Amino acid sequence: MTEPLLRVENVSRRFGGLLAVDQASLTAEAGQITALIGPNGAGKTTLFSIITGFLQPSQGRIVYDGADITGVPPHRLARRGIARTFQIVQPFVGLTVRENIAVGAHLSRPARTDALAAAGDVARAVGLDASLDRPASSLTVAGRKRLELARALAIEPRLLLLDEVLAGLNPSEIRDMVPVILAIRDRGVTIVMIEHVMQAVMSLAGHVFVLSEGRIIAEGSPQAIAGDPRVVEAYLGKGAAARMTAAGGAHA
Amino acid sequence: MKGFAPILVVLALLATVPLITSSNVVLNFMVMALLIALVGQGWNLLGGYGGQYSFGHASFFGTGAYVTGILQMRYGVNAWAGFIIGIAAGALVGAVIGALSFRSGLKGSYFALVTLAFAEVLRIVASVAPITGAGVGTLIKLDLRSEAFQFQSRAPFYWIVLGMVGVSLILTRMIEDSRFGAYLVAVRENEDAARALGVDATIVKLCAMTISAAITAAAGCFYAQYYLFIDAGIAYGPWISIEGLLAPIIGGIGTVFGPLLGALVVKTLGELTKLVTGGAPGLDLVIYGSVLIVVVAFAPRGIAGIFVDLRRRLSGTRGRSRD
Repeated sequence: MTEPLLRVENVSRRFGGLLAVDQASLTAEAGQITALIGPNGAGKTTLFSIITGFLQPSQGRIVYDGADITGVPPHRLARRGIARTFQIVQPFVGLTVRENIAVGAHLSRPARTDALAAAGDVARAVGLDASLDRPASSLTVAGRKRLELARALAIEPRLLLLDEVLAGLNPSEIRDMVPVILAIRDRGVTIVMIEHVMQAVMSLAGHVFVLSEGRIIAEGSPQAIAGDPRVVEAYLGKGAAARMTAAGGAHA
Repeated sequence: MKGFAPILVVLALLATVPLITSSNVVLNFMVMALLIALVGQGWNLLGGYGGQYSFGHASFFGTGAYVTGILQMRYGVNAWAGFIIGIAAGALVGAVIGALSFRSGLKGSYFALVTLAFAEVLRIVASVAPITGAGVGTLIKLDLRSEAFQFQSRAPFYWIVLGMVGVSLILTRMIEDSRFGAYLVAVRENEDAARALGVDATIVKLCAMTISAAITAAAGCFYAQYYLFIDAGIAYGPWISIEGLLAPIIGGIGTVFGPLLGALVVKTLGELTKLVTGGAPGLDLVIYGSVLIVVVAFAPRGIAGIFVDLRRRLSGTRGRSRD
């Protein structure tokens, strides 16, 4: 097996008395989609913020492409090919869609015209080309999620961290978005995604990590994870798995 | 609005003013308006494009004014050289205050208060330090030769300050159309999102503050040459910080022409008030305040914003597809 592109090793993060992330470890294989799931408040976004340099870990280290990147600030990580989206979308509201995406495209393109042209190409890839010259503030929720994705893609990342890009979308919007994400993977971008929409996780992810109360409690293929009693209990409470098995047994 | 043609047209029109009138009152008024426009242009780069609202641009204005004055009077430096050094000194003060504030992560009202505090500290120091002439102030010796940056008539002064405004307009336009400008606006809109896209927010803000300070210091240097007298209250007083931020906010924040437009409006209102009330002290400030409230409440993007909206409405969808 080749060396994973991203390795998170025993990372902990404490906020005062709260241990938000507790000795969490995970890996993301190059060219694959890895999902990070878990109940609300499990520490998924905190872990993302640590990986992308917005937060410092209290303990542990992050290895990316063979190098220790623990504590490297976000803008440097972006230059090394790590992009992220935000769970709560953060568009530059005063700018047009094209100008939003161009900020990302500027990373490898100093000239304004090149960046604006590249922004158009990226917009096409995520299906935003029709709204290119509209203000970002006029976009719908689905449009804003796409913009978030487009901006991150514009820096031409090797590793893309998606924080709930499907949350808040209706089923048909999710169906439209899934092939967009698969196409990004097929272009060779390694993806780590936080996601609550299990149907999407099942169809997208090759490998799933489950975070609960700051700890990784399970990992495996999506199918294995869905049947794991520890995962069911993390979501539904202690004893839930046993009761479900019992109930299922009684019906059989 | 793209391109430099509108800037050149406006500059050409303004350049004809001394040819039309030789009235000292009119020229004096226009020189002061352009001076405020220049300070506003500096403020606008950091505040309008970068979203960092400074309440202390007097720090840079005063430094430019004092450095050019002191170098001439105490060290016999040529006025033009003093002018250049004054700009550099103002930029340096901007870089230092910027580094201290941005590296410690000050934003919003905290940044505004810190800049105000720096300006007040400088004002108090300048009012007691012997090198600035303390309470007496610094008087630049009358020497009406162009080598000494002094002129018989007001027209050359007018053209010089207009040229400085022109440079600042073109510079702003160039920044608007550059990667630095895009990064600066991104930082204003959302700093975290910008950082995630590879923008070093601290460096971007620091560069903006340094350029902003240099432009404002240039206005300070000019002021010293024009009036040949400065004291702590003029150089580092809050009046210049306030007028420098009123002009762009009223004219149109984050636009190329906003500060110039705003300065002309603000100065006209100020003069009209003086005319009507016979110069009751402080009443012009009341008028400024009222105008500011009206603008912030009804036209948050200032006078320039009203024009943009009007044009969009008049040209309809055709205008939208054009850009």
